[in-house]
Parts: sequence; structure tokens; C-alpha cells
Amino acid sequence: MSDEKRQLNRREFFSYFTMGWIAFGAASAGLLSLVFRFLYPNVNFEPEMEFIAGQPIDYDNGVDERWKKKYGVWMVKQEGKLVALSNICTHLGCIPNWLPAELKFKCPCHGSGYYMNGVNFEGPAPRPLERYKVALNPEGKIVVDKTKIFREEKGQWSNPSSFIEV
Amino acid sequence: MAGKSIADKVRETQVWKSIFRHGPPTNARNRAAVIAGNVFLHLHPIKLKKSGVQLGYTWCMGGLTFFIFLALTVTGVLLMFYYRPTAEYAFHDIIALKEHVPLGIMREIHRWGAHAMVITVWLHMFRVFMTGSYKPPREFNWGIGVILLVLTLLLSFTGYLLPWDQLAIWAITVGSNMAKATPFLGHGGPGASLAQIGDFVMVSDKNDVRFQLLAGRFVGEPALLRFYILHCIFIPLVVGVLIAIHFWRVRKDGGISAPL
Repeated sequence: MSDEKRQLNRREFFSYFTMGWIAFGAASAGLLSLVFRFLYPNVNFEPEMEFIAGQPIDYDNGVDERWKKKYGVWMVKQEGKLVALSNICTHLGCIPNWLPAELKFKCPCHGSGYYMNGVNFEGPAPRPLERYKVALNPEGKIVVDKTKIFREEKGQWSNPSSFIEV
Repeated sequence: MAGKSIADKVRETQVWKSIFRHGPPTNARNRAAVIAGNVFLHLHPIKLKKSGVQLGYTWCMGGLTFFIFLALTVTGVLLMFYYRPTAEYAFHDIIALKEHVPLGIMREIHRWGAHAMVITVWLHMFRVFMTGSYKPPREFNWGIGVILLVLTLLLSFTGYLLPWDQLAIWAITVGSNMAKATPFLGHGGPGASLAQIGDFVMVSDKNDVRFQLLAGRFVGEPALLRFYILHCIFIPLVVGVLIAIHFWRVRKDGGISAPL
């Protein structure tokens, strides 16, 4: 008997088969993960999340709309505080307008209304507008950081990062 | 052979035989082969029960839905000849489809067809539910049907952005904000706040599912292109495959609306 010459028995054949399937599955999963990653661009051309908004002296009391179009931020100065208010309605994410004659923000979609300080008082909006982090850099200029959000209903508006004293 | 008709002579040509492999449908076997051997008819059952074609029983809502889907496919492909999915052109191309193109009604057929398809899908499901046709052995097909309902709504949703007017942009802004609330995958959803290590936020508005859908944090030109591809290629392909399975299972599970 030529026992030296080993033959591939059925059990071994299926174990190779299983290895083959595992390798194939891993390769497929790898390719699918590439497709997934492909859908996240490395660069997009939206406005920066952090920007310099001049100096505190540039602002009068009231609502300043100069950064609304590009960055979606109202600078609101009242009662010795300067805050960066988000312009995204807390109802469904539309963009309200500032109505200077009525001293309120009003969303055209479903009629949510907010006072100048961002607190909601009419319409379906469930909570006040959000505020972004503001800080002074060493040159005395205002840095607005939209990645940090402060919500009134969580008691975060008293956080010293959420306003600049003027 | 004086008795041969022209139809018989055509059936004996090599061209005809190369296309149709069965003989003329003069006996039961060939009549079945006409259906089973034809790619356009093979989802159609070889035998129909009388109850399956009674109009009053099924309302034809499933068939109407499929007919409207075909009409939407044809008009949709026609619209693609004129529509360019870029922020610069999209809105004006929709206007041009109405005012500069012969048969500008094509876009209206596509739009109203979409509304009609959503309605017929609901009525189809209503009939299936009221007649108990979702019960075993048809429960798998009910599941396929529910997925088809969701895909029908997604087709309507992705098509809504394409006119690129104020209504479209804000409706998609509102609609895609729902993706924020996806558990673990949306930055406003349950579980997102758990995926935070110190100051390092793992699920943010720059990498969650909404970002992937819109290719950005806002509805912009990349979102328009993504929705166009989803609307014209990705979702219709999935729907087509599922419709094929749906029809095949109707046939396997006892035919249209027949008592088992």
C-alpha cells in the first residue's frame, strides 16, 4: 500500500472549501467597506465650523445679521452679554427670519417665534434656539465655534463659554 | 401543401424557430410552453383560476401599481434626456420641460403618476389586509410588500428634491433631519451621546448617516446629485428585483387572490 502518498479525503476537502469561503467573505466585506468609505468625501466645500467674527466693539445692542448668510449665526448683544445664536429652527430645522419691527425671530414654515434672546414663545418649536461657543482670542477677536452647542433647556446658557461679557 | 396558412409558414421559418422553441399552441403542452418559455410572460402563471381574474374581487390594485411603475420608468427615462442634476441647471431644466419641450405634460405624468402609485400601493395593501391574504403561506410576500411600500415612499421622497425649488430644498431639509435621530448612527439620536470619549465625539454631524445621505451638513449640490442617483438608479433597481420576487411568490402561493 502506498500510504506515503496522502490522498485528500472528504473531510479535508470541505475544510479547504470552508477556508475558501471565509477568504471570499472577508474579501467581499473589505470591498463593501471601501464602498462605504467612498461615500464619505475627504473634503467638502461648506463653510468652516469655526470663524472669527470681528471684535466685541463692532456690535451694537440688538441682533446683528452679518454672519447669517455664510455661517448661519446671529450675533445678539443685550444686557451686557454677546452670544452667537444658531439660525436653525428647533422644530424641523428650517431657517427663521429676524423681524426688527416685532423684535422676534419668526420661522416662515410653521410659524415658530422666538424672542431676541432665542427663547421660543409661539408656534410648534419645542425648545429655544441653540447658542454656539464664543471666546476671545489673544488678539481680542471673537472666535465662534459651531461644534460646541449650548442649550437653554439643559441649563447650559449659564456656561461661561456660551457668551462674552461686554 | 395548399392548406397551410401564412401563420404556419412563418412558424416554420428558421428565424421564428430560433426565437420560439415550442411549436404552435395547438395542444395543452405547447400552450403551457408559450407562457413558460417567454421571458416577458414567464412571471405570468401558466394556469389562472377564475376567481383570480374577477375584477370586483381584487380591484387590480397590485396590477395598477405595477402598470404605474412601468409608466413612471418610461417617463422618467424620457425626463433624463432634458434634466441635469446640478444646482445651476436643475430648476431651469424643470421649467424648460414644461415650456420648451414638446409634450411637456411628460413631467406632469411622472409627477402625478408618483402620487397615484403611492395611493394604489396603499389600496393594494388595504385589500390584501381585508381579505386576509397576508396569512400563511403568503406572509413572506407581505414582508416583501412592506419593503416595497417603504421603497415607493423613498422614491417619492428622493424625487421631491430634483425640481430644486424652495419647496424641495426645505422639504428635504426637514425630511433628512429625521436621519439625525437614527439610533447610534445619527448625531441627535439615542446612543449617539454614549459614543463619546471625553471631549472626543465619535458620532457628529460630520460623519453620521445624515452626512452620508446628503454628502454634507446641509442640503446642497452634492445632496442633489446623490438623490438623483438614488432616485434614478439605486432604488428602482432594488424595487425591480423585489417586484420580480413578489410576483413569483404570488404564483407559488396559489395565484392572485385565490382561496387556498
